[in-house]
Amino acid sequence: MEKFSKIKSVAAPLPLINIDTDMIIPKQFLKTIKRSGLGKNLFDEMRYDEYGKELENFVLNKKAYRNANILVAGDNFGCGSSREHAPWALADFGIKVIISTSFADIFFNNCFKNGILPIKLEKDKRDTLMLDAEKGSNAILTVDLFDQEITRPDGSIIQFEVDSFRKHCLLNGLDDIELTMKKIKKINDFEQTYFTRMPWL
Amino acid sequence: MSGKKTLYDKIWDEHLVSEEPDGTSLIYVDRHLVHEVTSPQAFEGLRLAGRKVRAPEKTIAVPDHNVPTTLDRTDGISNEESRIQVEALDKNAKEFEIIYYPVNDIRQGIVHIIGPELGWTLPGMTIVCGDSHTATHGAFGSLAHGIGTSEVEHVLATQTLIQKKSKNMKVEVFGKLGNGVTAKDVTLTIIGETGTAGGTGHVIEYMGSVIEDLSVEGRMTVCNMAIEGGARAGLIAPDQKTFDYLKGKPHVPKGSNWEMALQSWKELFSDEGAFFDKSIDINGGKIAPVVTWGTSPEDVLPINSIVPHPGDFDQQKSLAVKRSLDYMGLNPGQKLEDVEIDTVFIGSCTNGRIEDLREVARIMEGRKVKDGLRAMVVPGSGLVREQAEEEGIAQRLKEAGFEWRLAGCSMCLAMNPDQLSPKERCAATSNRNFEGRQGRGGRTHLMSPAMAAAAAVTGYLTDVRNLM
Ligand code: SF4
Repeated sequence: MEKFSKIKSVAAPLPLINIDTDMIIPKQFLKTIKRSGLGKNLFDEMRYDEYGKELENFVLNKKAYRNANILVAGDNFGCGSSREHAPWALADFGIKVIISTSFADIFFNNCFKNGILPIKLEKDKRDTLMLDAEKGSNAILTVDLFDQEITRPDGSIIQFEVDSFRKHCLLNGLDDIELTMKKIKKINDFEQTYFTRMPWL
Repeated sequence: MSGKKTLYDKIWDEHLVSEEPDGTSLIYVDRHLVHEVTSPQAFEGLRLAGRKVRAPEKTIAVPDHNVPTTLDRTDGISNEESRIQVEALDKNAKEFEIIYYPVNDIRQGIVHIIGPELGWTLPGMTIVCGDSHTATHGAFGSLAHGIGTSEVEHVLATQTLIQKKSKNMKVEVFGKLGNGVTAKDVTLTIIGETGTAGGTGHVIEYMGSVIEDLSVEGRMTVCNMAIEGGARAGLIAPDQKTFDYLKGKPHVPKGSNWEMALQSWKELFSDEGAFFDKSIDINGGKIAPVVTWGTSPEDVLPINSIVPHPGDFDQQKSLAVKRSLDYMGLNPGQKLEDVEIDTVFIGSCTNGRIEDLREVARIMEGRKVKDGLRAMVVPGSGLVREQAEEEGIAQRLKEAGFEWRLAGCSMCLAMNPDQLSPKERCAATSNRNFEGRQGRGGRTHLMSPAMAAAAAVTGYLTDVRNLM
């Protein structure tokens, strides 16, 4: 996995609450065999009309936000089905940070597995950043994972919390598999006693 | 802690490879089941990282979600995306040398049907699959649950899973089931009672006389829907019935290995007095044949009830009920038995086994599918299909007016061409009645195979007891 570095980008405001994984990537796109390429269908039903034409009003279709790496979102982001296609679509679009007051469990976990940093903030802080995000191309935020700080357009700083193990993994670009691979001896040892006891397996 | 363990505790401890101070654990996986929808990206990940499948002999793959169930499927899959997904599995299975049952193998079928049928599923195992209904295998006293695609890749590469332990929940169904009441009614009634979030964060162990009396296949139906109650997995302690069911299946241990395995399987039960974080009791004698009326599996009622009023629920649920009644085209106060249906779907990993088909055939004895109704039977596997043909069930069902299909998930989730049209109303033996689940705008009523057969006869939601 790519190392997570400092992200400086325009932040797109998405104030809807309860954005579910179906809205993030609808069921018809689950037939893909790739992780990549889902970005074009991110938020498909909000982003395009029935003929596939972009809907002008949707935030990611506006000029200022087309290359946003940061989303500031309404409460309870990522609820619904467990499909990992949701973080894949976000990552493929270029989203690296999502800021909200709360996230659905599985989605939250899936983000870290895909190099996305979900940041939980108290409501007033999220609302402040939402107002910043609404300033269009001037809505530049800097997210520094190492220092756990978000720098606002006016230079002031908002701190955030993150699980230390997950921070370590993101900063170093470690994925779960690489970490487990380091424990391969333990797995080998386990197998040895396990299969001696249960030879039929 | 007392030394008393639940069945879940026992299986967990047996598979614990390592544990961090915060409880994050590495769990060994005995069987990894794979299907075409949630695996391509995992194999691609392995390929990119130059990794191999650690235990190809413990990894069993089968295409089921996307495959057509019409007889012409030997000519190939016409939907291009589905075809590509199935071909990707063909290729990955070959390249990574895992065990594979391709579309045209008689053993092909829904992953959760073929695992137990071929003897891949054994008591005391940990079993995972990139599919939430993996809980089905818990009927054998194995810890079985669904995982995401990154986890599929993790298991392929390491044969382990990173997990934190869940809580223990006990569901005891006591008493005796009445005539016409089946495992499906039991599992739906439990979800109606606990709600779809009632089991969240827990592994459920089902017990009590009703569960003991169920056949092994009935127990699979119960565990299959543990996930609909929010639980990660469902478990039932194995007993003599389980052992008899397993004996002689192709991949079940034989000879002295069988004897040794049997000794160890007999230890798989919750110790008397073991601690459960949550318990509920249900009187089996009070369970009636049920159907769902809404768009969540918890929206369930005995067949002789009326459609509820949104005002009967708390505020948040009330809005959801209003929306689902709209979607379902039902009116509060309407009798469920007055609801007319268009289609009957018999199949899925919940109810696509031989006993389910026998039950349908029994109800259909001397009866016909009502004129104008679309009715299909999709056996859960090629072997179930073959067995039904040998027993003459297939012939009887065809004569009664059912379409007799090839094995697959089919209209359970409508990723293949078997779909409902908008507003088409279906009596289904599957497990999810979400909006659009069986096709955009389709209306699903979940029920047992016997109840679905009764609906096929009358064309309405029907109390099967009236036909017995
Ligand atoms: S039959 Fe339905 S629930 Fe079962 S695995 Fe297939 S799609 Fe999932």
